[in-house]
Amino acid sequence: MSSLLPWFLLLLPLFSAAFIVLVTNRSPTISAFVSVGAALISFVGSCLIFASPDTAAVQFTWIDLRPLFYVPLGLTLDPLSKTMLVLVTGVGALIHIYSLGYMRHDPGKSRYFASLSLFMFSMLGIVLANNFVMIFIFWELVGVSSYLLIGHWFERDSAADAANKAFITNRLGDFGFMLGILMIWAATGSVVFGEIAGEMGKITGHPGYVTAAALLIFCGAVGKSAQFPLHVWLPDAMEGPTPISALIHAATMVAAGVYMLVRVGFLIQASPEALTVIAWIGTITAVMAGLIATQQNDIKRILAYSTVSQLGYMIMAVGLASGEDAMFHLFTHAFFKALLFLGAGSIIIMLHHEQNIWRMGGLAGRLKITFVTFLVATLALIGCPPFSGFFSKDAILALAYEKNMPIFILALFTAFLTAFYMLRLVVVVFFGTPRSEHAEHGKESPFVMTGPLLALAIPSSIAGFGFFAKLFLNVPPAHEGSHIVPILATAVMISGVLLGFILYRNRDADPIDLALLRRRLYFDEVYAWLIRSTQEALASFSGFFDRWIIDAGAVRGASGATWGLGSLLRLFQVGNLQAYSFLFGLGIIGLIYFTVFR
Amino acid sequence: MILLFIVFCPLLAALAILVGAPARRTALAASAFTLLATAGAVFQFDQAAQGFMFVSSLPISAEWRLSFILGLDGLSLIMVLLTALVTLAAVWFTGEIKRHEHAFYACLLFIAAGALGAFASLDLFFLYAFHELALIPTFLLIGIWGSGDRHAAAWKVTIYLATGSFILLLGLILLYRSVPEAARSFDLRVLQTAASAGQIPVEAQRQIYLLLLIGFGILISLFPFHTWAPQAYAAAPAPAAMLHAGVLKKFGLYGLLRIAIPMLPEGARHWAWLLIILLLGNIIYVGLVTIAQKRLDWMLGYSSVMHMGYIFLGIASANLLGMNGAAILMFAHGLSIALLFAIAGQVRERTGTLVLADLGGLGRVMPVGAFAFGLGAFASIGLPGFANFSAEVMVFFGAFHKGADFDRFHIFQIATLLALWGVVISAVYMLRAYRATFMGSMPERWLSVPDLRQPLRLPIALLVVALLWLGFFPQTFVRMLAPNFGAYFSQNR
Repeated sequence: MSSLLPWFLLLLPLFSAAFIVLVTNRSPTISAFVSVGAALISFVGSCLIFASPDTAAVQFTWIDLRPLFYVPLGLTLDPLSKTMLVLVTGVGALIHIYSLGYMRHDPGKSRYFASLSLFMFSMLGIVLANNFVMIFIFWELVGVSSYLLIGHWFERDSAADAANKAFITNRLGDFGFMLGILMIWAATGSVVFGEIAGEMGKITGHPGYVTAAALLIFCGAVGKSAQFPLHVWLPDAMEGPTPISALIHAATMVAAGVYMLVRVGFLIQASPEALTVIAWIGTITAVMAGLIATQQNDIKRILAYSTVSQLGYMIMAVGLASGEDAMFHLFTHAFFKALLFLGAGSIIIMLHHEQNIWRMGGLAGRLKITFVTFLVATLALIGCPPFSGFFSKDAILALAYEKNMPIFILALFTAFLTAFYMLRLVVVVFFGTPRSEHAEHGKESPFVMTGPLLALAIPSSIAGFGFFAKLFLNVPPAHEGSHIVPILATAVMISGVLLGFILYRNRDADPIDLALLRRRLYFDEVYAWLIRSTQEALASFSGFFDRWIIDAGAVRGASGATWGLGSLLRLFQVGNLQAYSFLFGLGIIGLIYFTVFR
Repeated sequence: MILLFIVFCPLLAALAILVGAPARRTALAASAFTLLATAGAVFQFDQAAQGFMFVSSLPISAEWRLSFILGLDGLSLIMVLLTALVTLAAVWFTGEIKRHEHAFYACLLFIAAGALGAFASLDLFFLYAFHELALIPTFLLIGIWGSGDRHAAAWKVTIYLATGSFILLLGLILLYRSVPEAARSFDLRVLQTAASAGQIPVEAQRQIYLLLLIGFGILISLFPFHTWAPQAYAAAPAPAAMLHAGVLKKFGLYGLLRIAIPMLPEGARHWAWLLIILLLGNIIYVGLVTIAQKRLDWMLGYSSVMHMGYIFLGIASANLLGMNGAAILMFAHGLSIALLFAIAGQVRERTGTLVLADLGGLGRVMPVGAFAFGLGAFASIGLPGFANFSAEVMVFFGAFHKGADFDRFHIFQIATLLALWGVVISAVYMLRAYRATFMGSMPERWLSVPDLRQPLRLPIALLVVALLWLGFFPQTFVRMLAPNFGAYFSQNR
């Protein structure tokens, strides 16, 4: 097989985006099919690459200032990237198809599909990049495609604000990421993963340096994977169209942080301190988001917090030094979380953009396919055996059990929360009586939307089984003493399910009212206050200072006429610009003449 | 020959317009021919050769050792290309001029000719004189065709730039006199040889470098000499702002890269701390000032001041990586700020205001304008894929590299850290302004605002394609820059 195939695969979505912008912008239907076609071809190509034993692709040069600095454009083709490739293009292709239905009446359809193609390009770039600078390039590009898609309905103030928030929060993480990359490069002289791995000996003697660099690189993942304390952008990102929430803000982009950390596992595992911090950040995120999710009323926000919480699990696994476990959960989560969001999208569009779960109800009978597939995904998410999430979550729990007991207990508590808030969601949305007019008359979505639901339900059910998972992943061996863990996990899950069912059966309003959780632990308020009292205060002070001190002072200083400018100034005030210009030129010539030649 | 054509084509066209040739058509044709010729020069340019190409010289005075010499190396070729691109775009974006149309177009072409001449001159005297030629029409454009408080703005910019030029002139004269009598020449190549041979005493290097830094610095809006810039750009007609912010301001940076750093390495080392402090003023302090702006044109003006800080950082690091980054960032910034000022001018033409609070949702009625501005905005905040990012990467790596060790961050590492923070700041102000202008709900009265005229897509495409090309293939420029930059550093090591 040609080693150009991976490049073709990477660039195809970019060409699709460019083609839509330049050529088919005015014919949305063609645009949609260009984009969907590109996604399907990408998927087929990914499968070919996955099946082929090739590990090399052509390498190009981006910047070459050797020996000082060299950034190649090279691709990594190892089992890790090949699996991600299939996952991203597979889920991506399904969501492209689903979008045909979801966005069929949208006036900005061309823009939507162009952005979606741009996203596929960027995401594939992250997956395939073989060096830090290149991964950073695509890292920022997924950021911008996410910005475009969150802000798709840019006329809405809330969407416009959410897009800005997402981009700026991610930039905050990228600030640390780039600094970490600089530190690694300064110490090893390379940005290429393979070469850095070989040069690790140069830096392992400086544990403080390694820890700082590893944590700074982790900052990038904190931003992209919405970890505490930079998680605030992800729930707001739900302002974007729902297929986007499924693809970008659940299945793929937000997982990029986890993927990147696994990719540079050799680096972060060189610092035990960094690992501890990472594991705890993941744990805090998992618990915190799980708690917040129990009190949200917007169906997409519940799922968004659930995503944050599950990403916390993955980061936890990374911090416990098991990239395999993190990838396993990333893999299963991509299917069932995409399915949950697409199911939510099917509900939302059939209820005319109603997102409040308390205005739904009794949908199980009317949206049969949506209900059944949503249920499958829910069971996978809460870790009900034998659905996929059970296996991957169990692996992380067992890992924590083995390595860190406090983290294990918190992880178990998160599993309980997950079961609880998902049952709340399912019971309120699908059971009971309809609580609004739209909910009474909702009809099932067209096949172009339910098809992807059915397709995703399959891996959501079986992706955890060894025969399936081992095709794609280096599934970690069962952990020591792991027989107690699944029992505990299942017990906790069942209690969450029961509590959720009993509390929320036949309710028209939430029996629990915890303002603290409903208002999301006041993160947004605190951050808004922080920004106002620091950045905004500094900015307005600087603005004032610049205008009234520096500018005014400098102008006065200049008119103080140290260099005889006073007379020129007066000339100018008369308004005689030409005279000034002429005199000035004359003065220069005279000056040169007298200083140089006399 | 090709270089003579490039420099004199706009000059002659300007004169022709003044004596009555059809203004817009002549200006467009002249700038298009200049760009074509520049493209020809780029293709003919021998990337492997050291020294200068396309050299043509005309001795003026043997006694003064003064000649009119033109020639290009990678650095000046890049700047000439930038000038040619922005000139064409600026002329194209010029709308209806109600009074003295001929003089307006002539002024634009004079600026272009002055900038081209300054970048292509290998002679100190003409380098300076060409720049003066470009400055004067800038004052006129602001004073005569400007908007708002145009007289105050023209007055201020003249005071500042004249002062800067004056200090610069002192520095250049001292530089000329600092080499031994026998080696004295206005020829940059001769001066460089003398400097590389160590003929400029250390003490003199320090004094002269400081003068050049302040002199060039004022022209570049180095903190704290920057307040002229936003006011001038806000008052200037859009094409003038495009040409000045995009091209003419780069003259100072070009001077630092061409004269100050390679000829006065000891001066550069001595004053590195000062430059670092001032450039952080540009990045952090001016960055914060930019956030506080309430008008789109002022925000763009301040952002342009802020981005000078990154170029200064590349220059301050005075190594191959940083200098390459600085040179490419000059090019990238010139194109992106020109694009932004062009679209802002279009918005003002349609709405009569650039106060952010009065705008909003214009993406609905001006999709092409919003798209173009978005490209410019993302380019200017250093999004990968655009030239600005490639250049900033080189600047950051070049600066961070300087004196890095395992134990702690030294001045260059701290400066890099703060400069990276500036990347966050620039995302804040740029995206906020974009959101306030083009996104969100739209006031009723803008419903009938028309989108950009079709033909304007061409200059936009020109700028964007150049930005994208270098974002994807920065090595094209790195290869051009490497021989001469490399030579400086191998000699000065």
